Amino acid sequence: MPKTKIRAVAATGNLSTGFREESLVRAVEQGASFVGCDAGTTDSGPYYLGSGKPRGPREGVKRNLRLVLREALKAGIPVIVGSAGHAGGRPHLAWTLEIVRELAREHDWHFKLAAIDSEIDKDVLADAFNRGEITPLSPAPPLDDRAIRHAERFVAMMGIEPIQQALTAGAQVVIGGRCSDLAIYAALPVLREIPKSVAFHAGKILECGAASAAQRLYPDCMVAELDQDGFTVEPPNPAIRCTPQSVAAHALYENADPYRLVESGGDLDTTDAKYEAVGESAVRVTGSRFTPSNKYTVRIEGATLVGYRSIVIAGIRDPLVLRQLDTFLSTLRPVIERKVSDSMKLSADAYSLNFRVYGRNGTLGDLEQVSEAGHEVGLIIDVVAATQSVAADIIPIASHTGLHHPIPEHEGLISNLAYPFSPGGIDAGPVYSFCINHVWELTEPCKPFATKMEVL
Amino acid sequence: MRELWQFTKLIRSKNAGPFELTFDIMFKSRESFNDVLKSEALTPKAIARLYRVDVKQVKFFVVEQLLTIKISIPRRVFSGDVGDTDIYGGQFHSPLVRLPVKD
Repeated sequence: MPKTKIRAVAATGNLSTGFREESLVRAVEQGASFVGCDAGTTDSGPYYLGSGKPRGPREGVKRNLRLVLREALKAGIPVIVGSAGHAGGRPHLAWTLEIVRELAREHDWHFKLAAIDSEIDKDVLADAFNRGEITPLSPAPPLDDRAIRHAERFVAMMGIEPIQQALTAGAQVVIGGRCSDLAIYAALPVLREIPKSVAFHAGKILECGAASAAQRLYPDCMVAELDQDGFTVEPPNPAIRCTPQSVAAHALYENADPYRLVESGGDLDTTDAKYEAVGESAVRVTGSRFTPSNKYTVRIEGATLVGYRSIVIAGIRDPLVLRQLDTFLSTLRPVIERKVSDSMKLSADAYSLNFRVYGRNGTLGDLEQVSEAGHEVGLIIDVVAATQSVAADIIPIASHTGLHHPIPEHEGLISNLAYPFSPGGIDAGPVYSFCINHVWELTEPCKPFATKMEVL
Repeated sequence: MRELWQFTKLIRSKNAGPFELTFDIMFKSRESFNDVLKSEALTPKAIARLYRVDVKQVKFFVVEQLLTIKISIPRRVFSGDVGDTDIYGGQFHSPLVRLPVKD
């Protein structure tokens, strides 16, 4: 039986959010096997994947990478970053690599760098789809050859294998494109014979950094020591404490199922997991299971350009308008549509016009059950059209029409909307939608993930 | 008649990926956990009605060890789609906060 113990350090929950420098220094000094960090998520919507823009701030990411690299290089241990640049596409990976190279130059650091590309070319995906290798999860948007070719960008979410391959090839710093959060932390331990049940469960607890603490005072580091039977999780920051309750509760976070996590290569089952306090701030976790799957699949993410958004924000305070707000808006809509049609020759199905009424149902939409509005509401007139200039042109028509839209109680020309800004219209840029919720069955886990090695 | 928040220490919602929403309802004590379960205020049927989804699509878990009820449902509007109101899904729990619970 191998006696290996692995100490995994999670720098923080997201590379852009940061951590306390002293926490990381302490975590690595206590003896670390590697430092990992997740850099991405789909949580903030499809924009980043669709546009290819990373989510910064660049200076924040650079500061965090500088500290992680400095401490890891000093200790001679690997660094593993997953879901680079927020969405993990090719431009996001390139952006992150540029920061790494810049840091290496500035500090005269030398190491072997692996970059794992997880962007999937549309032709490759369409071929896989036509061979029947792509299957939907539930719920999933409809997908066909045309939808694939019409999309902006796809990424596949790598499991542990491409990271392991890079580490085995001697990389000290691994920057991955889109990556399972758990794989960042499970890859190296599994390579060193830690059971997958332990490694993946530890990965789930580590992936949000200090979020598994009883009170996450601020984003910070987290450490887990893994062995054959389980792992012990402990914050390196003495001001933060983990409790059995807080660690167990974190296993629920952002998962649809509290006990079962589907990963590439198998399922983590935490039904019988035990969480026990060790001293003041550590928790020992044992008893989870990992069931290998028959097929090896990776999740695919993709974004399609839907149009361009322009908005205008207005306040409504007149109690007479407020008491008939539904009628006010439903009679306003056709007047706007008619004016757009007259002046721009654009039919109503060529763009979307959405009244978002904050103070009434702006947050919940048609799920709102409270019907009484307050003494004022905030209105966002939200237009999405085929081009930015069309969306921007519809806004003044909509805002001017809304401004003077009549109600029976006031005679003569009135102004019913309060616009706080001049100009009123705000161009919000391209709008994307997530266009795929499918998995791709692979014969070889590393196949779609091209790795480039580079000596800095 | 009390409201759900009076029994809980946490009611939250969040995306579980862009296509699903998940709710974690964590209770103050075993007593409040049992009271709410017994009241049948929180059932797959109640969730289906509140969130306008098919009851068959409601995943409902009673997590004894954590005194927690976890519920997951499909998003009717996917995160970031043109009509979405809550990209992170962080406020969809709000209709549950004042949910009436029979004593």
